Amino acid sequence: MTLKRTAPLVLMTAAALSMTACAQSERDSGDGGGGSSDVKDTLTFGAAGAPELFDPLYATDGETFRVTRQIHQGLLGIKPGTADVQPELAESWEPSDDGLSWTFHLRQGVKFSDGTDFDADAVCYNMERMYNQKGAGQTAAEYWTYFFGTFSDDPEGSLYKSCEAKDADTAVIDVTRTTSSFPTILSLDSFSMQSPTALEEGDANNVQAQGEGFTYPEYSMNPVGIGPYKLDSYDEANKTVTLVANDDYYGDPPKTKTLVFKIIPDETTRRQELEAGSIDGYDLPNPVDWQGLEDDGNNVQVRPAFNVLYLGLNPEKNPKLKDLRVRQAIAYALNREQMVTSQLPEGASVASQFMPEAVSGYNKDLEPYPYDPDKAKQLLKEAGAEGMSLTFAFPTEVSRPYMPDPQKIHAAFTKDLEAVGIKVKEVSKPWNGGYLDDVSANGAYDAWLLGWTGDYNAADNFLGTFFSDLKGNDFHTSVMPWGKTLSEDLKAADAIVDEDERAAAYEDINKRIAEEYLPGIPISHSPPALVTSEKVEGLVASPLTAETFDTVTVAK
Amino acid sequence: MARFIIRRLLQMVVVVFVLSLMLFFWLRSLPGGTVSAILGERATPQTRAALTKALGLDQPVWVQYWRFVERAAHGEFGTSTRVLPGADALDIFLSRLPATIELSFFALLLAVVLAIPLGYLSARRAGSPLDSGLVVTSLVGVAVPVFFLAFLLKYQLAVEHHVFPVSGRQDNLSCTRVTNFFVLDGLLTREYDCSVSALKHLVLPSLALATIPFAVIYRITRASVLEVLGEDYVRTAESKGLTARVIRGRHVLRNALLPVVTTIGLQTGGLLAGAVLTEKVFNWGGIGNALADAFEGRDYAVLQVLILAAAMIYVVINLLVDISYAVIDPRVRTR
Repeated sequence: MTLKRTAPLVLMTAAALSMTACAQSERDSGDGGGGSSDVKDTLTFGAAGAPELFDPLYATDGETFRVTRQIHQGLLGIKPGTADVQPELAESWEPSDDGLSWTFHLRQGVKFSDGTDFDADAVCYNMERMYNQKGAGQTAAEYWTYFFGTFSDDPEGSLYKSCEAKDADTAVIDVTRTTSSFPTILSLDSFSMQSPTALEEGDANNVQAQGEGFTYPEYSMNPVGIGPYKLDSYDEANKTVTLVANDDYYGDPPKTKTLVFKIIPDETTRRQELEAGSIDGYDLPNPVDWQGLEDDGNNVQVRPAFNVLYLGLNPEKNPKLKDLRVRQAIAYALNREQMVTSQLPEGASVASQFMPEAVSGYNKDLEPYPYDPDKAKQLLKEAGAEGMSLTFAFPTEVSRPYMPDPQKIHAAFTKDLEAVGIKVKEVSKPWNGGYLDDVSANGAYDAWLLGWTGDYNAADNFLGTFFSDLKGNDFHTSVMPWGKTLSEDLKAADAIVDEDERAAAYEDINKRIAEEYLPGIPISHSPPALVTSEKVEGLVASPLTAETFDTVTVAK
Repeated sequence: MARFIIRRLLQMVVVVFVLSLMLFFWLRSLPGGTVSAILGERATPQTRAALTKALGLDQPVWVQYWRFVERAAHGEFGTSTRVLPGADALDIFLSRLPATIELSFFALLLAVVLAIPLGYLSARRAGSPLDSGLVVTSLVGVAVPVFFLAFLLKYQLAVEHHVFPVSGRQDNLSCTRVTNFFVLDGLLTREYDCSVSALKHLVLPSLALATIPFAVIYRITRASVLEVLGEDYVRTAESKGLTARVIRGRHVLRNALLPVVTTIGLQTGGLLAGAVLTEKVFNWGGIGNALADAFEGRDYAVLQVLILAAAMIYVVINLLVDISYAVIDPRVRTR
């Protein structure tokens, strides 16, 4: 009885106390203070999603790579602000005459953050470790499958052949065929060098399929690599990843000692956190906010566009699309110039081909099809396709760097197509809710919106992705008379060792794709941005969204 | 009483079983799925097939369900693919639950502490400007959607005026985690700044979440006190010359609070639904937040565990309400 009567009183006092506590406490954004210097020792960056794990071999998304890039390095790195490779853990490399054997001269005196030496043996240990994935590990090592093909139990399909430690500072990697992608792909985060000791002790390859997912070994949460930072903690309950300076790093120590990634999936909340001063910057600000953010004194950095948005066409689904004149009519019908101006952020451009200008093999002489509805009508008439119908799809619940608002882009193009007499049947599906399945696996649409962000600077990473695989590609080029030629020519171009010769081959292919094949309509290249407060300096925006944070300072 | 509880618990088993069946088939009939969510634009027919097979999603749904039941019987509820890849789905539920409980607890505390005294006051001064004002306020509380209010509060008090933090549960202070109840953890480890930071982060979300239970509890208290005030035994007590304090405590509040207790119990269940939205607005790492992430990434194992567990919590809370009703009101017990 007494307890019952006093309970509300106790509760009220507790609440009152807690309120006072709030009012009295100091607002402090986690800056450790320390020293007389005028820069903070913590940089807090708003990430759009949670990392998956920290062993980059099994990682698949940009939010994870943003973290692993700070704690792991590869033989090759990316030159800041560009899409080009530069030496990282290898100081130089050269191919044999046939392009099948590559010698890497390693940086000397480098140690992993656990003290293990980095040498040629470590390089080969890593290559063999990736190549020898078994069972579920093979499925989880998605990037290896994508870029190297198969594993040691099926050597026929693998790009990687073997690795030999010639001496402590020289590693030789043999490949099974020449391709423009090698050794460029060694700059990808997934193929970073990790400590053999730690990999061994942490049973790093022990990936198991369980239930509807995979279980990963201890190591994947306790990575040991070479980088300006090392992982301190992943506080899942508070959604923060904390990195601290790696004292064993061979290069200049990071200018800001502690790097915190605060996971804030909602874009509006990220912006509000920046306005409130609790984060120092964030990725992917909404283009409509760019001006407002700049006006508030923030620094919006626009990355060079390294992507392409296209309107895909499926001639197998809609046989009318087999006629080049119909495909050209669609290209003339779309007012891409206006769409780019009204829907895409500053710095976006109309695409003339299926890759951005920064990629070698880009054909500068190509012009986009101009907006010409009369020509479109005329071509449709010639092809006997007046009043044709077209199932045209767009994804919902998604915003990609190349496509901030799919629905609006789709609406603009639908109007354009209807203006030339094409009957558009609109379809939409959630991005993860069947859209990608319908485009790729099911081939369910006549026309659709999709795009691609490049992984590295190679034409094959764009054109090869779209058209190389004759049987399985989204554009169903196998039903077209030129489908096989295109696929073979792309593979041949990729195998050319000489860079200039290769670029010329791709320029020619780009010209033919635009003028003779037109398997889809390239739409635009759209630059993603990142934003930092006015106190932040030294962050170099990367077209590959591969920023490193070791050069960044935050003023107090 | 014991039979009543056992019967209700048995009912719960049936509910969970039927729900698990429906949930399992519903999730898998949704377009898209885990494989597309993981592979994105990079999907090729080969990788798609390999991943589908590795995850066992190529099997007929009833085979998948049977495997799920078998594993569940051994206490294995599957592995996450999105929320925290590789982690056990049940572990994710358990590690996220404290955040939601903490938020709901403070919201309910706020609602009860404000609503009962104000409801009583309103009833004593029925018809006064104070009463009318409070009734209107409570109406607004029910009518305004939680997420809208949450957004408004956040904008005014966090973004415009930096009184409270914008989002999250705590500043990054390298706090030790014991129970994942952040306020409690700070007290246990004597890292008091951690508790303070957690409390500061709690204010806005719990305020937003408290509005609906506040309004409901306030109105029930007011109505109930009004009713009791008109009862014969109150008039008798007054005419006996008892002090106002005794009448208020023993005769009015004790009797008036019976329906209020039930309401509080029922509101607790409702809080879970409100918490999902509030967690989204405030980037609060609880169940609601995990549910949204899991749904977006088609993280089947996590979705199954979270939804089933939420259903069980709801059923248990309702059972507790019924039991507490019987304990407080002897008339229910004897029936």
